[in-house]
Amino acid sequence: MTASEAPTVPVLEARGVVASYLPGVDILRGCNLIVAEGELVGVIGPNGAGKSTLVKALFGLVPVRDGSVWLRGEEITGQKGHDMVRSRIGYVPQTKNVFGTLTVVDNLRMGAYLEPERFDAGIEAVGELFPVLLERRHERADRLSGGQRQMLAVARALMAEPAVLLLDEPSAGLSPALQDEVFAWVQTLNASGTAVVMVEQNARRCLQVCHRGYVLDQGTNAYTATGHELLHDPKVIELYLGALAKAE
Amino acid sequence: MSADATTNGAILQARGMRRAFGGLVAVDVESFSVMRGSITALIGPNGAGKTTLFNVLTGFERADHGEWTFDDRDVSGWPAYRIARAGMVRTFQIPKALARMSVLENMKLAAQTQRGEGFFPALLRRLWCDEEARIEARGVELLEWVGLAKQRDDYAGTLSGGQRKLLELGRALMTNPRLVMLDEPTAGVNPALTEQLLDRIRSVRDEGATVLFVEHDMDVVGSISDRVICMAQGSVIAEGTAAEVVADPQVIDAYLGERHGEAAMPTSEGPT
Repeated sequence: MTASEAPTVPVLEARGVVASYLPGVDILRGCNLIVAEGELVGVIGPNGAGKSTLVKALFGLVPVRDGSVWLRGEEITGQKGHDMVRSRIGYVPQTKNVFGTLTVVDNLRMGAYLEPERFDAGIEAVGELFPVLLERRHERADRLSGGQRQMLAVARALMAEPAVLLLDEPSAGLSPALQDEVFAWVQTLNASGTAVVMVEQNARRCLQVCHRGYVLDQGTNAYTATGHELLHDPKVIELYLGALAKAE
Repeated sequence: MSADATTNGAILQARGMRRAFGGLVAVDVESFSVMRGSITALIGPNGAGKTTLFNVLTGFERADHGEWTFDDRDVSGWPAYRIARAGMVRTFQIPKALARMSVLENMKLAAQTQRGEGFFPALLRRLWCDEEARIEARGVELLEWVGLAKQRDDYAGTLSGGQRKLLELGRALMTNPRLVMLDEPTAGVNPALTEQLLDRIRSVRDEGATVLFVEHDMDVVGSISDRVICMAQGSVIAEGTAAEVVADPQVIDAYLGERHGEAAMPTSEGPT
């Protein structure tokens, strides 16, 4: 695949998605996104650009008023969350993403709820990616550190063996060192074959690791290119810091 | 007036401000000052500590330590009502209008030291009647000024998000404050109303008050601020004119994330 050319076999695709929480206030105003098998896609943009809303719309958590969502060529617009999981789409919300009063292992069990027979294989895979979760498997999730909680949330989503994983700001609220870890394990789990759509506030770090990036602005696509191209594009800085920041 | 406000000295000066929530240091500002007669924007990425700093300065939250003066008076640790009475009034990011009162009643409520509030003066109608009329006149005048005259008798709850922001601004001005602090005045306001709001903010300054506002929209910041202060992770990282601040590499790093670890994590060209 070359540079900014869109991948040919999309596993998940948003076409002209218009979505809102309240009638009359569209957050997404015709957004497009494609993620191919095994691809790592980053979604960045300034505050209020609609990044989180886009992944929520992909996962059916926000009603899509217009446009459509496609999974391997089949339309899944408006499908419910549990059906999304069954269709092998995983979603990790930004906050409140673990069951605090349940143990680590019970959280993981919830991840395999639809297919309990996957539990053993799943936990083995999770143990490889996040050994610390197995060490602490009998502790309550709310006793974990912020970084570990984020790992658990992702691990739980991985228990259902998603073909594509949607991550909403996985590095938010973590220290710089822990953020490094997040970007490292996102790359690792992607390298093992899971396609990833990652929304990030930390634009540069995200662009460093992703194959392609989407830059959103006010609910529409502003720029799309490889992570590397966007990383060095002065237009991206301008989008965050306004017209005054225009590179000479 | 221009960025030349520095000649007038600082109306608000803070030193060694610190506020932590458990292990999270939300504000750790060595020094912070707002020049008299300026429009100063406080910017910074999410979680930079802007609103917490606002809350601490206006007495809505306590500081772990720090000293601050307003108009050369030490107001450190004063409760919110005293700070407001001293002439430093703030608005909230989410407007706090009283939905079941009319727009005008909301305005009147913001006036302070009303005699009718006391027990004995309340018995003497003559004492507060004139005052009530004066407050009402001021309320009506300000409503006209912010463009809500037509809505004066509507419930505040029926106003749009943008109109509520205008009501917040109007209420803040009821007491003729010398410093108005606005927390994201344009958030959720449609472009036409934003223009009106910005225009009003400019005239607040032109009439002699000082404005400090938190803002995310950098084009708004660039268009009306005399000075810009940028916070990140609790501290002030840059200060100057809007053009200076947005060109500061530290500010760009704060908004877009630092690039460290670049060599360690090469970007691959596509999935394998």
